[in-house]
Amino acid sequence: MEKISVDHRTIKEGDYVVLKRENVFKAVQVQIKRKVIFEKQWLHLDSVIGQLYGTSFEVAAGGTLQAPKPNPEKNPKETKEAGMDNRNIVDDGRSQKLTRDDIETLKEQGLKGQEIVQQLIENSSTFRDKTEFAQEKYIKKKKKKYDNTITVLKPSTRILALMYHGREPGKICHLRYDTLAQMLTLGNVHAGSKIIVFDTCAGLVLGAVMERMGGYGSVIQMYPGGEPVRAATDNFGFPEHFYKTLHEFPLCKVNLLLDGTLSLDKDKKETVSAVDESNGAMSKAPQDSVQKMGEEVEGEKDSAQASPEVDTMEVTSELPEDKEKEERAARRENKALEKKVKQEEKRKKHLEAAALLQGRNADGLVIAGRFHPTPLVLSLLKFVAPSRPFVIYCQHKEPLIECHTKLRERGGVIGLQLSETWLRHYQVLPNRTHPMLLMSGGGGYILSGITVAMDTATSSGPQKTEEPAPKRQKLQDTES
Amino acid sequence: MSFVEYGEYIQEGDIAIVFLGRESMFPVKAQHGTQTQTKYGVIRHSSDLIGKRFGSKVNCSKGGWVYVLHPTPELWTQNLPHRTQILYSTDISMITMMLELKPGSVVCESGTGSGSLSHAIIRTIAPTGHLYTVEFHEQRAEKAAEEFREHKVAHLATVKNQDVCKEGFGVVGVADAVFLDIPSPWEAIGHAKAALKEEGKVATCS
Repeated sequence: MEKISVDHRTIKEGDYVVLKRENVFKAVQVQIKRKVIFEKQWLHLDSVIGQLYGTSFEVAAGGTLQAPKPNPEKNPKETKEAGMDNRNIVDDGRSQKLTRDDIETLKEQGLKGQEIVQQLIENSSTFRDKTEFAQEKYIKKKKKKYDNTITVLKPSTRILALMYHGREPGKICHLRYDTLAQMLTLGNVHAGSKIIVFDTCAGLVLGAVMERMGGYGSVIQMYPGGEPVRAATDNFGFPEHFYKTLHEFPLCKVNLLLDGTLSLDKDKKETVSAVDESNGAMSKAPQDSVQKMGEEVEGEKDSAQASPEVDTMEVTSELPEDKEKEERAARRENKALEKKVKQEEKRKKHLEAAALLQGRNADGLVIAGRFHPTPLVLSLLKFVAPSRPFVIYCQHKEPLIECHTKLRERGGVIGLQLSETWLRHYQVLPNRTHPMLLMSGGGGYILSGITVAMDTATSSGPQKTEEPAPKRQKLQDTES
Repeated sequence: MSFVEYGEYIQEGDIAIVFLGRESMFPVKAQHGTQTQTKYGVIRHSSDLIGKRFGSKVNCSKGGWVYVLHPTPELWTQNLPHRTQILYSTDISMITMMLELKPGSVVCESGTGSGSLSHAIIRTIAPTGHLYTVEFHEQRAEKAAEEFREHKVAHLATVKNQDVCKEGFGVVGVADAVFLDIPSPWEAIGHAKAALKEEGKVATCS
């Protein structure tokens, strides 16, 4: 165990890491002799291998990252000359004596960020008149621009959620990180459970669920279309054994599984029928899922055609053109074989997932995506055991309102709650602590609830005594 | 059942949450021969609870019914007996994510209070992590320890009855995260640093 605890703090080749500069993050994989672009610079990550996570590096010329030297950073606090307020400071844009070219020269000379900032301070005519707070703010601003320090972080839900929300919120349906935190807790995602996840947020939610499961239990990802999307999941850099707990199952076959008519035999016809299913099952599925299924079917046909062609090729004489054709045919056959192998693997995975789903005893359901949640929930909830929480995320509240109504009609759920969280950042500095900005309406909404045993008996509970009875009487009246 | 592992059927000694409505829930300990009164009538544990599936409907004597749910830290937070002001699930989720808690994490917490956050942490760090929680009030510390035992999570938590600002957490260099919810958290910062590994996170709330 000790080896692991030291190892996992050291950066190794092939690790997925997150680069950070000020408040900008980027997830990359550490590979030797590979350039990575980050913040308008090309970087070589070779020198970070062997260092500890959390280390900050200076970007040297050429894009190599230099390990930090133990700086005596402690600049003695010189009694700074500072003004009282800004009544005499005129902002005419001429207070900085260094020109742009001067600064470029300094940069080329190889001066570090810290030193450039020092130069800027010395050449600013108004610096001395600023208040202490204003001076600090000025230094901070210049540092942000000229300091070239990059920190290498170990990926986690927190960092990746922050990154995606800042960089590409569209890819994750504008899921703000505090909303993601709510989902994980409301869904009681923990080690040892069996969770069904539907995620079209690039796999971020899936990764977050897997992190909370710690490799124990199992996660079944339901996916639309041909392949599950797991771009963000890879960025977490999970160890191999985590992936053994991850299964996937295509949405288009869910109805078959529920009806009990799913057959995962090596039947080519089945892929064609699956295309029809996908057309029917998802009311608002996008076009690409249908197209993808179509492509799969075509692929099969190609492989079927490849074999007879190769046979005929071999029979005829070995002319150079024929040889080229033969090579092409051989390549095609190889591809077809590869495809068959892949399909076989896929089939096996689906079988595993189907076995897990079959019991209809999943411990939770997490849905986050750009599809309308109602049909998804209504069908996927059937796989969840009673007294288990489920969570649905949607960027907008209207689909969730409809979902809420439909779930009420369906019954078998309690504690339905539609919520939204607000997140406010604070600047925390001595005498300057105050809220920074209020983010509202930008983080998405969550509908959560708990499953219970479905009502099988006709005898109604205290909430429903009034309604059903009179209706039944009326019907009887008209019948008689 | 336990707070860190789902069970299917209610057994003797299990905690179940009796649900009458969103604003009306309470925890109950299933014991043979015991009865629980609700506004819809009596629930007889031996016949109505023990052996029943979590999530099923239980008919009460006066004709109404209730649901019996599997306990989760979230349901516990909503229904636990308050000994102090507690943290609710919204804040707990943020704390869990920002401290990067996951299975295997070692966490130090003070004050334990009524155990709301403690239960949520234990659920997240199970089965290989550990929670060291410090509470300076003797009765509250004892009650917390008792609850952990009853909820079958005592192996994942250590409750210490001492003043964290003076004596710290009782452990050194083992924690991935420290959480402080005390009147003067700055007084415990030194101890927090001591309890943390070379790299760790600290969060406080007020």
